[in-house]
Amino acid sequence: MKLNSAFNRSLWVYHFNSGSCNGCEIEIVATITPRYDPERFGIKLVGSPRHADVMLVTGPVVHKMKDRLLRVYSQMPDPKLVMCIGACGISGGVFYDSYNLDGPVDEVIPVDVYVPGCPPRPEAIVHGVVTALAKLERLQGVKA
Amino acid sequence: MASDGKKAPYTLQIGPIHPSLKEPVMFTFEMDGEQVRSVDFAPGQTHRGIEWMGMRRNPVQIVHLTDRICGICGIVHTLAFSLAVEQIAEIQVPERADYIRVILHEFERIQSHLLWAGVAAHELGFDSLLHLTWRVREQAMDVIENLTGNRVNYGIVQVGGVRRDIVPEQYKIIEDCLSTYEGLLTKLLNLFLDDTTIAMRCRDTGVLTRKEAIELCTVGPTSRASGVNMDLRQDYPYAAYGDLDVRAVLPEPHMGETHGDVYDRIVVRLFEVGQSCQIIRQCLSEMPSGPYTAEEKPAKILAICKKATGEAIGRVEAPRGECLHYVRMDGKESPTSWKVKASSYSNLMSWIPMLKDEQIADIPIIVASIDPCLSCTDRVAIVRNGEKSILTKEDLTRLSVEKTRRLQR
Repeated sequence: MKLNSAFNRSLWVYHFNSGSCNGCEIEIVATITPRYDPERFGIKLVGSPRHADVMLVTGPVVHKMKDRLLRVYSQMPDPKLVMCIGACGISGGVFYDSYNLDGPVDEVIPVDVYVPGCPPRPEAIVHGVVTALAKLERLQGVKA
Repeated sequence: MASDGKKAPYTLQIGPIHPSLKEPVMFTFEMDGEQVRSVDFAPGQTHRGIEWMGMRRNPVQIVHLTDRICGICGIVHTLAFSLAVEQIAEIQVPERADYIRVILHEFERIQSHLLWAGVAAHELGFDSLLHLTWRVREQAMDVIENLTGNRVNYGIVQVGGVRRDIVPEQYKIIEDCLSTYEGLLTKLLNLFLDDTTIAMRCRDTGVLTRKEAIELCTVGPTSRASGVNMDLRQDYPYAAYGDLDVRAVLPEPHMGETHGDVYDRIVVRLFEVGQSCQIIRQCLSEMPSGPYTAEEKPAKILAICKKATGEAIGRVEAPRGECLHYVRMDGKESPTSWKVKASSYSNLMSWIPMLKDEQIADIPIIVASIDPCLSCTDRVAIVRNGEKSILTKEDLTRLSVEKTRRLQR
């Protein structure tokens, strides 16, 4: 991928667990640790949605987490992107018939990038972030 | 509440969304200055109704659903459920399958304990150690991927056996991984246990006495760190553990004394990594030949399960402690009853004595020290003020609305 001016700024990522099984959480943490090391490109996990450019949402959005997801989403500054990590956030996945779901994620908040897999591999998550970066460039009108 | 004008004690709320918590749980602390006076916590934020879904699916499908109870304990839940169903349907699991199950079970323990050690280092503010442990953990993940086909949510255990054999070419990969870890363990022990900062932060922090550990029914490393000699693999062997030499890892033989603090929990988990390596070695050398499943065709397993009636309990020693699945089948396609009691369910209550009179800054490491897994725990039954109650969807909705209002106030 060609490096362009969007790389002048670091992409900060916030992670939101909306009732996931922990599998995607582990793969997200595995992604930020040395083997994959996306911090080389300025991609890092931050503790507050107010600092974030991208939100990673895992899990199928259980009933209790819906309002929180909306609140956290509204706390992020614009331009913002949402990445949906894992099959259950995309379609409900293995939990499709549960009575306690308000999801999938894109019925609650707008989603820009979908990363399928149960859970997706770290490589897939990195690829998803790169896709998100390309979209962010488009939103910001950055010329390649 | 803090709003009544008094200065102390004041209420501090942490969660359900908080960067140091990987999973949603809500804590309410009564604080006096920096000191925690009392603790209350509200799990159940990730309740997905898995048991309810399970009652509408057949055992072969449920095995894959149990995989998704918790992303870390994939083998544990699938194995506990399969053990229960195999007892009901009287399916004889081949010996080789038992050994393969044990090998994967122990690899899971290695990766889970290394994962935990990294998280613990992170909670102490020791991020370089987090990155070191997670880097070495990747080798276990590679082996797991090689053996099962997936890094997380393996889908390898099935009722009647396992879905894949371990072929001789894979022995070498396993051996390589084990020798790496046996070499690394001394380094890890040195980094974690001889470090002054870690000792200062963890010694006599979050103490759980032996008496409290027994009274609160804690399980796994949390109870063993308090000196309770309890390990399902030693006390009630399942799968191939009967043939293997497993002794509960206690802090006393290694450190000379038992404090029951966060430090002892690090000791127990790190030495268990070494123990798991030995168990896998033993499994490889004694691995019997033969089939790896009692029945390869899922349709035939289903036919056997459909006729089965009875109830059984599958118990497994998860990386976090005992995990229990109760299953009842009445000759129908799906089970009549299915109850999951994950290990963290027993351990969560130990937070209350551990956190009492500790400082705010110690909350993250103490909370992490029991290795909580809330996605495992969030079933429908909740215990509040000693009463047990089952929440219906309407109750959950009401509670959720109340909570939202409370949060907005």
